[in-house]
Amino acid sequence: MKHTSSPRRILAAGACALAALLLAGCGPSSESSGPGGQGDSGQGKVLLIGFAQVGAESAWRTAETRSIMEEAVKRGLDLNFADAQGKQENQIKAVRLFIAQGVDAIILAPVVETGWEPVLQEAKRAGIPVVLVDRGIKVADESLFATLIASDFVAEGRMAAEWLATKTGGTASIVELQGTPGAAPAIDRKKGFADALTSGMKIIASQSGDFRRTGGKEVMEALLKVHPNLTAVYAHNDDMALGAIQALEEAGKKPGTDVLVVSIDGVKDAFEAMVAGKLNGTVECNPLLGPLALDAVLKAVQGETLPKRTIVPDRLFTMDMAAAELPNRKY
Amino acid sequence: MNRWLNHRTLPLLATFGVLVILYGVASMRYEGFFTGRVMANLFADNAVLGICAIGMTFVILSGGIDLSIGSVVAFTAVLVASLVGPGGWHPVPAMGLAIVLGGLFGLGQGWLIHYFALPPFLVTLGGMFFARGMAFVVTKESVGIHHSFYDMLLSMHLGLGGRATLPATALIFLLVLVVAVGVSHFTTFGRNVYALGGNPESARLMGLPVAGTRVGVYALNGVCSALAGVVNTLYTGSGNPAMGMGLELDAIAAVVIGGTLLAGGVGFVEGTLLGVLIFGTIHSALLFDGRLNSWWLRIAIGTLLLLFILLQKEITRRATAQARPGT
Repeated sequence: MKHTSSPRRILAAGACALAALLLAGCGPSSESSGPGGQGDSGQGKVLLIGFAQVGAESAWRTAETRSIMEEAVKRGLDLNFADAQGKQENQIKAVRLFIAQGVDAIILAPVVETGWEPVLQEAKRAGIPVVLVDRGIKVADESLFATLIASDFVAEGRMAAEWLATKTGGTASIVELQGTPGAAPAIDRKKGFADALTSGMKIIASQSGDFRRTGGKEVMEALLKVHPNLTAVYAHNDDMALGAIQALEEAGKKPGTDVLVVSIDGVKDAFEAMVAGKLNGTVECNPLLGPLALDAVLKAVQGETLPKRTIVPDRLFTMDMAAAELPNRKY
Repeated sequence: MNRWLNHRTLPLLATFGVLVILYGVASMRYEGFFTGRVMANLFADNAVLGICAIGMTFVILSGGIDLSIGSVVAFTAVLVASLVGPGGWHPVPAMGLAIVLGGLFGLGQGWLIHYFALPPFLVTLGGMFFARGMAFVVTKESVGIHHSFYDMLLSMHLGLGGRATLPATALIFLLVLVVAVGVSHFTTFGRNVYALGGNPESARLMGLPVAGTRVGVYALNGVCSALAGVVNTLYTGSGNPAMGMGLELDAIAAVVIGGTLLAGGVGFVEGTLLGVLIFGTIHSALLFDGRLNSWWLRIAIGTLLLLFILLQKEITRRATAQARPGT
């Protein structure tokens, strides 16, 4: 019975370990509020912003997170970051806790479109403005959020069509690779592209490649058999374009010269394909929302009414710009 | 050991101590943490986990395990959302149907486990896949709920003074807690669950209704999961087939940290409440800090879980040693 490790001792050790864990982790919090008074609020108090992010599932999203965090530091704001690990439950918890904590504003990148009314109503009751970034939500009452900051997918499609019109002089037989049916980017990128086509430009085939590289390749292989005379490919994202490029090469065509290829997103792989001369252009879907998001936050905190939609400016990169831009690509 | 400090109550006291220390440290570190509002939030934000963990407590007390609950929560949530939203049902019959189905699902699992003497781990693993698949059959994406009855429930708040309020989700959680505490201490069913988990063979020899108790425990857990699914539709105003992934494991962790022996027979529903509150406190502290990686929650819970298993092992060893004469 004389054993040295009593339950009480294990318990005490455990409690100490936990307390140490908690203490060790939170070192920086007290120091970071040091450079006070730099916030644009003019109230002499550092603004505290809660940022409820979806997670870190893609390089695009990590770039978005970094942009918002860096911008907050630059402006001398305190930012509480919550990674929801891809779960809506966690995002709602985070927003509710931000409200309890009494933050001055909340930035939310909603993981899904529905299910935000209860928590946003709470934020509204507490008088805390909510700025949405990169994805919209379905709510009956638009006063539940201050503004949505996101790319204009229609404009992205239009940009791709306009570039193709100048490049080809207004005549082209185009194969379109659509994104996932029903997804907002697929619908809008299709619409924007179709709207900006000139009379000499014809979409000879349009099918879904599900935003995936394999999807783009398979659809392209099938369409090449039916339409061997195509002159251009428009893909709703870079991944499908990269798949289509593979299929074109296997069919003995030269993507980039025989067949022009243009897509949307501006991921690193697309820039590499442009440097290799196989992709002609890509419209960047910009993840660096930090400056716009924090502009909106500061305005909303001061009670300004914002337009319900703030558009993130996107730009088109072409083959000849690719080599210079590639080293700057972070995602 | 005396009446208040024995091998049954010691894990409970340990859990309570950890909760007090965690909350105390967080209150010292973070401004605004020691407020009624944050405490009330612990109940509101962890209602789904809490209700599941209470059901799970009975299963574990009986010597079993149930891995299907996260999926059952998702299935019942999307069922209610689809019936009320696109289906045009009134929420009350939709919720009633969901709870009945949840109970029947648990009953079916319990029946397989008892009458075919199958391992609960595998039966409920099958149940987990089945219910998750069914949730995605009902709908592939999140469905919003817009109904005046929901608006009424959502506007219901019990003020606690100051800015602290308990919403409907927290109230349902507390109600389930009170009922579960009552059932575990003051009913024949409750005593049978403890007896079954303590020693199934002697429970059978004593003439206790082993079959009814075992099947009943899984049915009860099915009802709890379905209720948690309903609470989740209140929390999010929607039903999402992807929700509650891994919820069963969180619930098991909360139960074990709450002082219930995984082997069965020993533990308290009250302890599970403390386990859930520890979960919530760590999560809240991480969010208040705002700079820590959110995965620290998992690390902290994992560490706690291991410590509590060690503690339980030691307590059980000492208790059995004490019970033997001549030591």
